[in-house]
Amino acid sequence: MGKPTDLVQGTLDLLILKTLSPQAMHGWAIAKRIQQVSSEVLQVQQGSLYPALHRLEQQGWVKAKWAESETGRQAKFYSLTAAGRKQLEAETADWKRLSNAINLVVSEV
Amino acid sequence: MRWLNQFVMQVRMLLFRRLAATQLNEELRFHMEQQIAENRSTGMSEEEARLAALRVFGNPDLVREKTGATWNWNGLDQLLRDLRIGARTLSRTPGFAVVAILITALGIGASVALFTVVRGVLLRPLPFPDSDRLVTLYERSTPTAGGGDFPYNQVAGGVYATWNTENTSFSSLALFREDSADLSAWGGQLPETLNQAHVSWNLFATLGVNPALGRGFTSTDDSLSAHGTVVLSASLWKRRFGADPTTLNRTIYVDAKPYTVIGIMPAWFEFPDSSTQLWTPVYHEFPERIMSAFDNHMFRVVGRLKPGITGEEAAANLSVISRQIHDSHLDNPFVAAAANSRPLLEHLVGDVKRPLYILLAATVCLLLIACLNVANLLVARAASRHKELAIRAALGGGRMRLLREHLTESFLLEASGGTAGLLLAYGAIGWLLHTRPDMARVGAIHFDGVVAAFTTAVVILCALFSGLVSAFDTDDTRLLSALHESSRSHSAAGSRARLRKTLLAIEVGLTVVLLMGASLLVKSYQRLRSTNVGCITDNVLTMRIKLPGKRYKTPGPAPANFFETLLQRVRALPGVEAAGFVTGVPGQGYMGDSGFTIAEHPPLPPGNGTLAIYRSADSGYFAAMGIPLLRGRTFGDNQKFDQVNEVIISESFAKKFFPGEDPLGKHLRITDGNKVRVIVGIVGDTRYSIGEAAEPMLYHPLFAGDQNYGTLAIRSRQDVSQLALPVQQIIQGQDRDLPVSDVLTMNQLLGKSTLDESFDATLITSLAVLSLLLAAAGLFGVLSYIVAQRSREIGIRIALGAQREQVLRGMLVDGLRPAVVGLLLGLAASAATTQFIKSMLYETQPLDPGVFAAVAALLMASAALACMVPAWRASRLDPMRVLRME
Repeated sequence: MGKPTDLVQGTLDLLILKTLSPQAMHGWAIAKRIQQVSSEVLQVQQGSLYPALHRLEQQGWVKAKWAESETGRQAKFYSLTAAGRKQLEAETADWKRLSNAINLVVSEV
Repeated sequence: MRWLNQFVMQVRMLLFRRLAATQLNEELRFHMEQQIAENRSTGMSEEEARLAALRVFGNPDLVREKTGATWNWNGLDQLLRDLRIGARTLSRTPGFAVVAILITALGIGASVALFTVVRGVLLRPLPFPDSDRLVTLYERSTPTAGGGDFPYNQVAGGVYATWNTENTSFSSLALFREDSADLSAWGGQLPETLNQAHVSWNLFATLGVNPALGRGFTSTDDSLSAHGTVVLSASLWKRRFGADPTTLNRTIYVDAKPYTVIGIMPAWFEFPDSSTQLWTPVYHEFPERIMSAFDNHMFRVVGRLKPGITGEEAAANLSVISRQIHDSHLDNPFVAAAANSRPLLEHLVGDVKRPLYILLAATVCLLLIACLNVANLLVARAASRHKELAIRAALGGGRMRLLREHLTESFLLEASGGTAGLLLAYGAIGWLLHTRPDMARVGAIHFDGVVAAFTTAVVILCALFSGLVSAFDTDDTRLLSALHESSRSHSAAGSRARLRKTLLAIEVGLTVVLLMGASLLVKSYQRLRSTNVGCITDNVLTMRIKLPGKRYKTPGPAPANFFETLLQRVRALPGVEAAGFVTGVPGQGYMGDSGFTIAEHPPLPPGNGTLAIYRSADSGYFAAMGIPLLRGRTFGDNQKFDQVNEVIISESFAKKFFPGEDPLGKHLRITDGNKVRVIVGIVGDTRYSIGEAAEPMLYHPLFAGDQNYGTLAIRSRQDVSQLALPVQQIIQGQDRDLPVSDVLTMNQLLGKSTLDESFDATLITSLAVLSLLLAAAGLFGVLSYIVAQRSREIGIRIALGAQREQVLRGMLVDGLRPAVVGLLLGLAASAATTQFIKSMLYETQPLDPGVFAAVAALLMASAALACMVPAWRASRLDPMRVLRME
């Protein structure tokens, strides 16, 4: 059955942006949230998560702030920038178009 | 707004990189702790929770590295890291680093210095607007029965005048002639002799330059009847007139004639060369007779081409005009029938072009040798670090990563060497400007952006070369065997050294080429200096005098009387053995020739003529200079003024024009002035220039009074230079306003005229010696390395009873092989390259067998010396110690 947790290249960015859209979160919470929402199907490895987060930060889609976490420890909280929000909309639209197209092809057979 | 965020990130990642790294650690640790806490909440023990979290997390270093790779400036970061590693590895072997940097500095320094000179002198355009349209024009004289072959002859005044009115190729055509000028005493300053140029009024306009102050010449200034006008150089104006603006319109005395200063040229302006201090209108200086003559080749012509016309087209245009002049003067054999052109730049730098390019080639050779040496050192280092590299490759160190390290290291070396080399070049240029202020366009030499770009390019090329050569030695396929090898210490070192030996052979070959060039130039220079110019050169003092034409009219009794009195007084001076006066002593140059016919011979066919160099001398000149009187006698005492009817000829004159007959008593009809003279004596040949063969020469009596300039020659038994002052006092006593110039002993005079040759030979020799040293150091290094690698094997062989002499011989042969191969390569290459310096050699063949043998011997001796030490060390190895060391 292969590895269901492998993410399509580029979709991790979309997942992170989507997850961050309601509120700011730190890295661990983002991974956890994606895992929960996808009913444990999508497991984001740290080896992919942090490079992706840092890349998004360098590109100006998300911004980061150090704040106290729920356990009282300092953690790095990521949140969407205005540009990130627009980017999320664009990527969501792209994704919908793509998945619809794939669905069409797959259900045809 | 996004760009602002990005920009803030850029700045932050550049300035607070270390903070970002600690924050990343903190972030990852927080993630771990969250994971552990979660695991604990499922009921695991503390230890279990930690291990499980670690398992999920994977390799934290890898995460860190991958995350770091997404940061801005990652490339820069890596470069810095490489540089740090490179600097650290180099500082671990400071001896190696210093040697490599010094070698590079030498090579780069020499090439940058030479390039700076070549750029300033040859490549930089002349500082005139549209200078590529400026050409120098010549008459092309073809050999006549007695005349010479002068493809780039000077132009006669009449020819210029005709060219000027009839040509269709030039927007402007100007005339000039270099001359010396005596500036009279003025404002408490002594009289002095300096260089001037007589120019047609449109010369400055032709070049496209205006005076910085005042005005240039107008056509009304440029005539015999006009009042004298002069334009000064900025340096003369500053030096002699204190840069006083009221100098304009002031009257100064040049050659005792009054001139009004009408303009000052800009400080950068130098024409025809940097020694020219003032300019006067040419038609004001020379009588109509000279300015309209078609056979008196004494001027230079510079022209500005009309747009779209090439120098060749213009020369063809002028040739047509010259042909017409020639055809209407068929009776005169000295009227040229064609014209020639050359870019003005080429005319001005003609003499230095070839030597400079050859010097540049020699320094590039040196640079290449330096590069090869550094590559060789790097290869040696790579070899000694072979095991380390093999282990790193085995652990997954990427090939690119290793290559990059090699390159960074060699780049570090070359860049430091380049910096040091730049300082070296700066010093060398300073020294050159100091020693050779006489070189053409020396003022245009300075460092600029192009030189900086050249230096950078050289550094990068050298770094790539050295780095890649050494990197290719580290071959992947051999890595495994390297690990094998080191465990059993087999001697594959011999094969490892093959690349180094090849490099060495090339190095030695280049050295041989340089040595050959240097030896040939040195030999040629020695030949030149030992040339017999035809007169006594020891303890002879010379000084030049030019009588101002205003007070000493020629022809007339005044100059003759002056010279006669002078000679009488000088000969009476204690310590003076003999003295003479002549218009030009041997080695002072061609100066001038005149056409003549032999009265006793049948007339030559029309269009043919005979000419010879002429001098005017007093009757004591020949004895004073030790020029042998071969037959006949010297001038009689009656040879003065109008009574002059005698002439003396040189030996080659007699051989060329009187083959098989007695010249004495024959009569010569001198073309200029149509005078008839009888030959009374034959003297030995002298050379007008030290590098040229003796030409037929005619001597007229000085006391005819038709010459107002010349050189006083004084011979003494003791140190003749002590006489300089008393003789100058005598001259000052006769005429207070008369400056004396070029006070030189005969040996100094000849030395000065061979300055170029001595300069070139010295420079190339020092380059060759440097490269010989580098090559010897290379040989020494390679053989030492081989000995070190094979010490175990040698130890075993000695322990098994090998003779020490045998070991010595074996190692010597091993070390000398690349030298022999290189020598053969170099000799073969020299056979071709020495042809390039053929024109710089005097009485020396490019394939001189003696020089070839000497170079081969010198090289083999140096190579043997360099190999002797390591080979001897190998033969002295103590087998017990070597075997114990393993």
